[in-house]
Amino acid sequence: MAFRISSSFGLSRSAASRLGMRMTFPRLSMAARYNSTTTETITVREALNSAIDEEMEADPKVWLLGEEVAQYNGAYKVTKGLLDKYGPDRIVDTPITEMGFAGIAVGAALSGTKPICEFMTFNFAMQAIDQIINSGGKTYYMSGGQVPCPVVFRGPNGAAAGVAAQHSQDYASWYGQIPGLKVVSIFDAEDAKGLLKAAIRDPNPVIVLENELMYGTSFPLTEAMKSKDFVLPIGKAKIAREGKDITIVAHSRPVQFSLDAAEKLAKEGISAEVINLRSIRPLDIDTIIKSVKKTNHLVTVEQGFPVCGMGSEISAQIMESEAFDYLDAPVCRIAGADVPMPYARNLEDLSLPTEETIYKQVKRVLNVQ
Amino acid sequence: MFRPVSSLASTLARTSKTTALFGSKSAIRGFASASLPLRNAGSVSFTLPEDTFEGYNIDTPSREVTLTNEEAINMYTELQRVRRLEMAADASYKSKLIRGFCHLCIGQEAVPVGIEFAISKEDAVITSYRCHGFTYTRGGTPHEILAELMGRHTGISKGKGGSMHMFTPNFFGGNGIVGAQVPLGAGIAFSQKYLGKNACTINLYGDGAANQGQVFETYNMAKLWNLPVIFVCENNKYGMGTAASRAAANSEYHTRCEYIPGIKANGMDILAVRRAIEYAREHCLFGKGPIILELSTYRYGGHSMSDPGTTYRTREEVQHMRSTRDPISSFKMRLIESGVATEEQIKSIDKDAKKMVDQALAQAKQDPEPPISDLFNHVYAPGTEVPSLRGRVPEETHYFNQ
Repeated sequence: MAFRISSSFGLSRSAASRLGMRMTFPRLSMAARYNSTTTETITVREALNSAIDEEMEADPKVWLLGEEVAQYNGAYKVTKGLLDKYGPDRIVDTPITEMGFAGIAVGAALSGTKPICEFMTFNFAMQAIDQIINSGGKTYYMSGGQVPCPVVFRGPNGAAAGVAAQHSQDYASWYGQIPGLKVVSIFDAEDAKGLLKAAIRDPNPVIVLENELMYGTSFPLTEAMKSKDFVLPIGKAKIAREGKDITIVAHSRPVQFSLDAAEKLAKEGISAEVINLRSIRPLDIDTIIKSVKKTNHLVTVEQGFPVCGMGSEISAQIMESEAFDYLDAPVCRIAGADVPMPYARNLEDLSLPTEETIYKQVKRVLNVQ
Repeated sequence: MFRPVSSLASTLARTSKTTALFGSKSAIRGFASASLPLRNAGSVSFTLPEDTFEGYNIDTPSREVTLTNEEAINMYTELQRVRRLEMAADASYKSKLIRGFCHLCIGQEAVPVGIEFAISKEDAVITSYRCHGFTYTRGGTPHEILAELMGRHTGISKGKGGSMHMFTPNFFGGNGIVGAQVPLGAGIAFSQKYLGKNACTINLYGDGAANQGQVFETYNMAKLWNLPVIFVCENNKYGMGTAASRAAANSEYHTRCEYIPGIKANGMDILAVRRAIEYAREHCLFGKGPIILELSTYRYGGHSMSDPGTTYRTREEVQHMRSTRDPISSFKMRLIESGVATEEQIKSIDKDAKKMVDQALAQAKQDPEPPISDLFNHVYAPGTEVPSLRGRVPEETHYFNQ
């Protein structure tokens, strides 16, 4: 089998129990896409791990803190092996105290070191959001450029599977709103390695949004990705699939749903262009504008709530750009439903975009049966 | 390990600041070296009152304090300058030269000044929004501070921070969210330890902030990781308009963490503040981990400029504190009674302090506002900006050339 999904494999029992998670697999809705017999592969988890490892090796000022990151090797095993390699001074287990340790991370960043602060999930980072935004995001400006804050906040974001309302939120648009922060959202292993390394090297505070259900997914390991200097520019989207009839913009796991929908649409003669946003802030609106001028149709896909979401922002920015004149139909936003995430599977299914949702909306926008 | 503070170093630091403002001849340094009575061989000793310190799970510091005449004069000078600075801020606010929030430390001057005379420039300080005094003692000039208050380009944060957000090397603000500076201070201490510096962090918060959960989160990690941090609860008796006893189940703030030792000191006595910080610093730098100080102090004014400060306490209470506990008057009496300075010399220092601040104020008033082009600067580090930042309307969008 080419395409491996093992979302809960990396999750320790204690973490799972803290998260209130069922130890079951998510539905396998994605089609196999990569053939591991001919291509070397790497999981998103391994890519994140190697990004941290390489940057810690290169810069002694980089250190990492978070819950279960050291002795436990990470609640999701992203930091596996790093304690053994770098020791407890640089891989620091924290108590369950998000506001406190996020503040410590920011304070350390203000004063000469470069912390990577792992949140077990971004749902828990809400306890720390004042430190992230008010202390992390604003000090450089408030100090007239005297006090930089090179901190990385990272961890899983967005919906997992069957964990109900308090553990299933997408915070892209929350952090994306804040000047002073940079925000990236990771889809595949290439994103994971290139964007996390870029985030660690960036002198500004960077939020790295990962997705739990993608950690165990394997992707091709390219020659470029093997370089210790493989970084992706923060602020550049990637055209994940070229097309000419309609543009689908997505970030994180929905990129896969969009690619799957595009594959299905292609069989019906519809050529969809899929853009993996990669960066939430800055938003690469230029790439979207260019694509819309070519396809004349735009669909946005996200797991976050629809109100004030990424789709709303993209729609507004398209309206303010020359691409508006190229649209042959209104922009269509596909998002999570405007309800707290329900637990029951049938209701959860109705709350998140799927390949099928995207497929149907594309046909509606193009007005084809 | 522990390096006593060099009074010469701090004197020099101050002298250079004075020099910058007044040219090559420093009034203070000239005064201290030329006019002081030398009959006690250049130093003076005091025994602090018995009730100066209280200890919690630790012995109290010695109450015997010796300082050179020059240090004593410099301490007095700094107290007076901080007060003059705050009085200038008060007047400027009332004449509408300063906008928004403005929190003054009149009455609390012994805290920033006493701390500075106990630490080195390598040590770090972080505090709340009541930060003008600390900004000055950490190297900010009265001109930079007043210009910042007036939103001028020459302000210490280029006019972008205002009253609550001022920074100097090893002074980390100037933080506006009550209590949020406490974890930040522990993070600074973490960096100091990580980088192997022989330094500690003075982590200040008020009696109001002391009830924030993140303060207790920080106690826990600071002790767990043995961070070189001195928690300093500046207890001015009221968190805004709420008396400490109405907000804290235990208002003995130095005893609020059973696994960290604490000292309560008279925060209206600059020598007590200095002695307590020296003692706590030694504790930290010997690797004994964090310590909590409670500095008992009092603000004469309201919480901020919009608070007259009279609805939750009596005018008599404020008047009583002013007349019996004032940190400047009481230190002045000590200097005169011990023969370190005469009444005339003190008057001369007071006059110079006023002159220094008046000049700074006059200069700040004439300074320009920040250039319009500065609106979009300092959001991101130069060379790593986002491609553009939107203004109010699309036409005002700023594009960075990368």
